Amino acid sequence: MNLHEYQARELLKQAGIAVPPGAVASTPAEVKAIAQRLGGRVVVKAQVHAGGRGKAGGVKLADTPQQAEEIASKILGMTIKGLTVHKVLVAPAAEIASEAYVGVIVDRAQQSAVFMVSPAGGIDIEEVAAKTPEKIFRARVDARYGLLPHQALGLAFRLYADLAQARQAADILQKLYRAFVDAGASLAEINPLVKTPKGEIVALDAKIVVDDNELERRPNIEALRDETAEDPAEVVAREANLTYIKLDGTVGCCVNGAGLAMATMDLVKYYGGEPANFLDIGGSSNPDKVVSALKIITADKHVKAILFNIFGGITRCDDVANGIVTATRSFKVDVPIVIRLTGTNEKQAVDILAGVGMKALTDMDEAVKQAVAAAKGAA
Amino acid sequence: MSIFIDKDTRLVVQGITGRDGGFHTKLMMEYGTNVVAGVTPGKGGQTFEGKVPVFNTVADAVEQAGANTSVIYVPAKFAADAILEAADAGIHLIVCITEGVPVLDMTRVYPYVQEKGARLLGPNCPGLITPGVCKVGIIPGMLAAPGPIGVVSRSGTLTYEVVYQLTRAGLGQTTCVGIGGDPIIGTNFIDCLEAFERDPATRAVVMIGEIGGTDEQSAATYVKQHMHKPVVGFIAGQTAPPGRRMGHAGAIISGSSGTAAEKMAAFEHAGIAVMKRPMDVVELIRARM
Repeated sequence: MNLHEYQARELLKQAGIAVPPGAVASTPAEVKAIAQRLGGRVVVKAQVHAGGRGKAGGVKLADTPQQAEEIASKILGMTIKGLTVHKVLVAPAAEIASEAYVGVIVDRAQQSAVFMVSPAGGIDIEEVAAKTPEKIFRARVDARYGLLPHQALGLAFRLYADLAQARQAADILQKLYRAFVDAGASLAEINPLVKTPKGEIVALDAKIVVDDNELERRPNIEALRDETAEDPAEVVAREANLTYIKLDGTVGCCVNGAGLAMATMDLVKYYGGEPANFLDIGGSSNPDKVVSALKIITADKHVKAILFNIFGGITRCDDVANGIVTATRSFKVDVPIVIRLTGTNEKQAVDILAGVGMKALTDMDEAVKQAVAAAKGAA
Repeated sequence: MSIFIDKDTRLVVQGITGRDGGFHTKLMMEYGTNVVAGVTPGKGGQTFEGKVPVFNTVADAVEQAGANTSVIYVPAKFAADAILEAADAGIHLIVCITEGVPVLDMTRVYPYVQEKGARLLGPNCPGLITPGVCKVGIIPGMLAAPGPIGVVSRSGTLTYEVVYQLTRAGLGQTTCVGIGGDPIIGTNFIDCLEAFERDPATRAVVMIGEIGGTDEQSAATYVKQHMHKPVVGFIAGQTAPPGRRMGHAGAIISGSSGTAAEKMAAFEHAGIAVMKRPMDVVELIRARM
């Protein structure tokens, strides 16, 4: 789960990191009031789960509260990478002497959390990593001991030669690790970490991505979820315990298992079609899940054909068949459905479908070909 | 022959009295797996299905029933400790089926398991099967058949699809291993490839990867440098968009890294025959045996 910048800032503040004042607003009038309270020059920043906000025009400076209000009226409601901006963060415009990057991620190759810092901050760190890898410094964290003081100071010296500044940065790194662990994050970064002309080190922007598997035991973090910032269909899918990701094609896919779902999408493409979505109904086979899945897929008006690809293991084919029958009885499905079922209780499933005049295939390749043809025939 | 599990496997099921644990224990027993014990704290002294003794701790199961392998079906919030308990009890192979284990838990658990000298498979994996001998986990037994092919995969149902294609074509398997789709897992591709290379009964290997991370690239380098047996590979997720987690916590393209194209190129560079479709596995394997 992605957190908004203003939420990530709050978590850093709770961990004891110096974060400039600022507040979140959802109307231009609120923005004006905050700017007035802060005084001086402010920055108005769109709060959406997308990178490149600045380039998209979602981050602007304002010299007066009136100007902040005007800017906010433009940023609020704009779309960045398909996401509508509902909230902005208003913060004092910082005085910047230099910008650095600090972040901690779960690194799968090293099987641990890894800190990355770079004196080349403020811009896309992936770009720095690709073009000037020598400007990135790393330290692996043994989760049993945490970020050790000498590791933190060692990294900090890569950013600042001055001892007082390095100590400030080392302290921030220790606290960032604490915030990372406390949030159950898979990524926590400050970009930029700014040195002011007075030599103070402050966190200007913050990003935290939380491991979805942590949310059950961290209700305080789950409470930060902003459903208005997510695709509505994906919200519905999550509530039905499905994993759904919308794509741009015409073949709606309903599959059990993530790997098989991806392979199914790939095969749709292989036979000249375009998948409309990734949808994994998961392991447990509950007919209700299939009904929800069909509702979500048919709500996408680009879908011209629906493909079920079910390999029964834990998932029972008869449950899926019952779900399909229930769904087609309770609402009208206007597009052709191609069904492939193999594995646990396959025979029962075929009988259930035959009872309502539906056919099931057993071969994945054949099913995908038919679904692609059906989608094209309807187009 | 086989890898990791065989006729000497003596299995303890952690979470044997739970819904999933109980269901799959029955299937494993029907398949012929020697299930010697179950563990559910507070239910020590009971028996499962009138046959399998249940203990309060894994240590008791090792001491009193001689368990050497464990399979874990406990809920995600207890999974990390269940793995540590198995490692502490001296279990050699720990198979964690549980899905949804927080990755930060794994950063603490895995180094500990390694220090204890145990092998961990998973978490969030379907387990493994040595056809005709035994299975540990949830892979449906009827899909597999004994034969000379080793299968290693990051996926669950996609593995079933490929194994089904192989079996239907008369190409049986030595062992099929699902290593799991999480960012931090125990046994990885290279561990399995190494074991298949050493196993005299394995004559060719099928490796099924997906987008996210660089494990397939490392595995390809290993194949190029150390393997003499033919390897056939598949990568799922050619149509996956960047930045989106495709179900598995580990299946995510970050920036330009971890794409299917990059991994398929690494396979080809290492001399691994790349399947375009799951069904291609049969033809590619036959051409190399």
